[in-house]
Formats: sequence, structure tokens, C-alpha cells
Amino acid sequence: MAPERTGRSARWVSTFGTWDVLVIVVLALVVVGASVLVEGFATARFWGFLLLDIVPIALIALPMTLIVITGEIDLSVASTLGLASAVLGQLWVAGLPLALAVPLVVLLGALLGAVNGLFIAGFGLPSLAVTIGTLALYRGLAYVVLGDRAVADFPIGWTGNSIEALPGTTVPWVVLPLAVLAIGFGVLLHATPIGRGLYAMGNNDQAATFAGVAVARTKFWLYVVTGAVAALAGVFWTMRYASARADNGAGLELSVVAAVLLGGVSIFGGRGTLVGVLAGVLLLMTLRNALQLADVPADTLTVVTGTLLIISVVGPNAAGMLRARMRRRRPSAPPVASAEGA
Amino acid sequence: MGAAAATLAALLLSAGCASDDEGTPSGGASAGGGGSIKEGLSVAFLPKQVNNPYFTVSDNGGKAAVEEFKGEYKEVGPSEASASSQVSYLNTLTQQGSDVIALSANDPNAICGAVNQARQGGAKVVTFDSDTNKDCRDLFVNQVTGPGIAENQVKLISDAIGGKGKVAILSATANATNQNAWIELMKTELKKPEYSGIELVTTVYGDDKDEKSFQETQGLLSAHPDLKGIISPTTVGVAAAARYLSGSQYKGKVALTGLGTPNQMREFVKNGTVKNFALWNPADLGYLAAYAGAALASGMISGKEGDKFTAGKLGEYTVGAEGVVVLGPPTVFDASNIDQFDF
Repeated sequence: MAPERTGRSARWVSTFGTWDVLVIVVLALVVVGASVLVEGFATARFWGFLLLDIVPIALIALPMTLIVITGEIDLSVASTLGLASAVLGQLWVAGLPLALAVPLVVLLGALLGAVNGLFIAGFGLPSLAVTIGTLALYRGLAYVVLGDRAVADFPIGWTGNSIEALPGTTVPWVVLPLAVLAIGFGVLLHATPIGRGLYAMGNNDQAATFAGVAVARTKFWLYVVTGAVAALAGVFWTMRYASARADNGAGLELSVVAAVLLGGVSIFGGRGTLVGVLAGVLLLMTLRNALQLADVPADTLTVVTGTLLIISVVGPNAAGMLRARMRRRRPSAPPVASAEGA
Repeated sequence: MGAAAATLAALLLSAGCASDDEGTPSGGASAGGGGSIKEGLSVAFLPKQVNNPYFTVSDNGGKAAVEEFKGEYKEVGPSEASASSQVSYLNTLTQQGSDVIALSANDPNAICGAVNQARQGGAKVVTFDSDTNKDCRDLFVNQVTGPGIAENQVKLISDAIGGKGKVAILSATANATNQNAWIELMKTELKKPEYSGIELVTTVYGDDKDEKSFQETQGLLSAHPDLKGIISPTTVGVAAAARYLSGSQYKGKVALTGLGTPNQMREFVKNGTVKNFALWNPADLGYLAAYAGAALASGMISGKEGDKFTAGKLGEYTVGAEGVVVLGPPTVFDASNIDQFDF
């Protein structure tokens, strides 16, 4: 699924291939273990609830994967979600039909993403600093729009549909559009020149520029897409909880970044696959919900999540370093390229 | 805090009829406070947030009740009090088949869907401290009513200043619904003949921020040098006002009362700045919520207006309009009892 290019990137891909596989294996172990140990885990109802919990994180993780692969980050996504939710509530209160308000809100998300993109791609500012700023800014604006009020009188048709299951199953139907988007992002990342460009940018911006990749333009549009998807997640969030609030999704950016890193995307860019990320999202949420079902307290859950995140950052890098050291000991092996930050 | 909609008058309307279904109080139970609560009920407490001292106290009150009627108690909940974080815990309790869920809602609407799923799964849902929409839950155990607060606060300040003199109110934010309702009720209360010597000169707003409340207290005393007393019906305000008074020339001369927690107010009661203040007892709130849920789950009551049940040591309660049960008048804390409370 990953692009086969030079020997160097092939080696990286193979490193990452193994991490992907590891995450999927651990996920399988968790599922098997929890089915045996945790009462109520192996039920259709558990998976129905789990999928609903997964949707907003998985949704935002799709474009976030692409951004992190280019070596950047977007921490403003959860605030974009909150602002989208607040604006959706305010538009509904103002009497706009949802069929009109929802596209407007998604457009707003794209605009918020464009602001990020302008600062990062246009002015070349570090994405970490810029999106920490917009994290605060967008959340603040959400409070300006809605204050500490909540808008809750959305029509049942919309709120009910967001948690409705596909006929004859407990699979919520929102999983379908999620799957379509996931396939779309997967194809974009792994089967198009744009996707190859993203990996190249993550390895080395300058080299990518010389290789003909429109670095700034690509980054700009990535942020636009991320903003739009985060706003879409905000629409889902609002409908699922039947409540538009300024604090909706607060802190969600950390879950998204955790899932992306756990899925094997390098925080330094240039490496990672979408399948790995989806497995990472599933692993993180399955583990969390299973532990919750086993009455593990919330604080312990946070500790488990934090530990997983550390492992996911340290794991691939430690493996890479170990491999590099072993190569160095063998004089016949080709010299290891000085990879950015690896 | 809840809507405090149920009036005492509604509570006094006792409907004599028993619950329409499973009215026979046998249920196979033996010991226990109510005498007819089923044994082995699984009761889960879902606070707004775990590790919050207030909810730790209320949930422990619930635990004591559950132990009395020989149920299985547990407390679950999110580590941060966000609107939707309670939903996955409700989903988990639904899957586990809890008999009773006692919860304090972070958002009246966001958890409604999950509450309804829990009820479809057979759970009885009692809200306490903060209500959901009334259609979602079976009962709401309200800690207090507006008239109850107003009556109590005016009485305390009147006693402290000897029934005569100027008083002021230090509130939270100018648009805080509960605060404004209470202040209006206090004004009504002050019109009673026994309070004719008391004049309410002003209301100031500390925005529930410590330093702003502190400054507003300072401002009050410089603007009204003959002020005799301050009522601050908000925990942040009363603690900040007490801190200002205790370090000023007004200590012991200007009376202060309000709604505060014993832990915040302990030193000011002990050093003589504050004689007494009030709040509901959160342990009793949890205790009552557990008994209300158990009575529902045992089929002793259906939750309709006029239903009566006995809540252990707290005695008999009657369900009021819109499924609200009121805990009772606030508890008054003073030097004699403050050390019995830790919240």
C-alpha cells in the first residue's frame, strides 16, 4: 500500500510496516483478551457505542495523518470543532434551516483552516506555535458566539439520525461516510503523486521543493481540508449529543494526535500509513472503552493513554536507532542516511 | 444547580394514593431502611467529575445509603466535567445492567439520549444536584429550593445584625439565573414585618472570581461605611468576602453570611469573622438520591407526584411536581458543628 520508491524510503516504509502490523496485532490481542475477560465486551451493543465514540476522532485523524506526515501538526482541530458547534447552534437559533447551516459551518471550518494555512504555509511560521495560538483563539471565539449557553432544540430527525444504526445492525450509519472519507484519504496519500509529495515534504521540505512539489500550496490546502473536516466532526458532535456548546470537544486534539502517533506516523514527518492510524484509533478507543467497562477508574485510563502515547513515540524511534546501530557495526552495510530527527 | 422549580407548596400537596403498579411492599426484602427495598440492587453514582471534593462527599453519602439497604455501590465518572464525557459512562452502565443510576448532569440535554437508553435497559435514573431535562430521568433530587435559600439567608443575617441596619448582597455574575432568582426572593422575604428594620442597600457582583469578589467587598465597605452585614449566596464570594473582612478593621463588626463550604470557611468561623453560613449537606443529597433510586427500582414508587418513600435516617419524602424531591432546608454551619464536615 505504501509507495515503493528509493531504497531509503522503502526501508522506512518497511520499518513502519512492522509498526502497523504490531498495532494491528496488539489490537487483535486486546479484542480477544477483553472478549474473554470483560463481561459485556463481546456484544453488538458495545461495538455500536464504541463506533459512535470513534467517529469524531477517526474523522479528524484522517487529515491529521497527512499533516503530521508532512512534518507539521494542527492542534486547533478540537477548537475548530467547538467553534463550528457553537456557530451551528447560533445559526439554528437564528432560524436558519440545518440543511443550509451545516454546509455554512463546514465552509467556516475551511476558512479557519485557511487562517492556519496562511500563517504556516504563507508566512512559514512553525505549525506548533500557530495552532496553539488558534487553539486558544477559536475556542475563545466559540465562547464569544455562544457563551456558556447550550442550544439543544435540534430536530429529532437530525439528532436521532446521528446515532441511528444501519438497519438490522448496531453499526451507526455515520460509519459509512467515515469509511468513504477514509478510502478517499487513503488513496490520496498512498496512490497519488500528491501523497508521495507529502512524504517527500516530511523528509525534507527543500528537497521536495527541488523535486517539484508545491510545498507551500500543498500545506495550505491540507490545513483548509483539516479545518473543514474538523467542522464536519463538530456537526456530528452537536447532533450526537443534541447540544451545541462552546466547550464541545475540548481536549479532543490530544486524542487525535495520540491516535495518529500510536498508528505509527512519525512526529518528525515522512513516515506512516493511514491503515496504521485507523488501527491506532481503534486500539486507543477499544482499550479505553473496555477498561471503562471493567470499571477501571478514569485516572487510570488517562495514565494508560499517556503510557501508550509515550510507547508510540519512543517505540518506532528506538527500533530505528537500534537498527541503525546494528548497521554501523557491520562495515559492509550501506551508510545510514542522516534522517531528519530520527 | 437545578431549576429549583418545585415549590414547598407543591410538596405539601400529599396525594394519598399508593403507586399504581407493584404497590405491595413485600418485594422479598428483609432488613434495610425502607423495609421493602430489594436487596442486592446495583447502584451506580455518576458525578459531574470524579475526584471533586463536593461529589466525593455526596457519593459517599450515597454509598452509606446503599450499604444500609444491602445493595452494590459503585462510583464511576469522567476526570473532567465536560458535557459529553458522561455519555460513555452512561453507555457502560447500560451495558452492565445497573438497576439504579444516580447522576449529576454536566449538560441537561447532551446526556438525554444515553439516559434514555439506560432506562430502556431497565435502569432507574435519579439526577441529583444538577438535573437533566425532566423527560429524561425518573426523579430529580433537588438540594434546595429558592424560597428555602432566601428564607435561610435573610434569617441568618437578621440574627447576626440584631434585626436592624443596612445590608448588601455580594452575588456571582449579573446574569446568573439562580443567583438572581434567590436575590429576588430575598427581597420579598425582607418585606416581611419582622425584617422591617433591615435595609438592602445594594447588590454587587464578584463574578464568582476570587479577586473580583475580594475587591467588591472592599468597595462595598468604603461606599457604605455604616454597612452592618453582607450576604453572599455563592461559595466563591462568601470565602473572598470573609478573607477581606478577617484582615480588615471590619472584622467582627460587619456580619457576613452566605452559602459556603465548611472547608473554605472553617478558619473564618474559628477566628470570629463569620458566625455562621449555610449550604445543603452534599452527603445527605447523595444519601437521598440512593434511597429514591432504590425505591423506584424496588417498585415502591413510580416517581409520580405525591409518591412517598422513606429515606433511612432522613425520614419520609414526597415526590413533588415534575418528579422533583427536595432535600430540605439548608444546613447551617457554625463553630459548634463545622468540624463534623469535610467538603
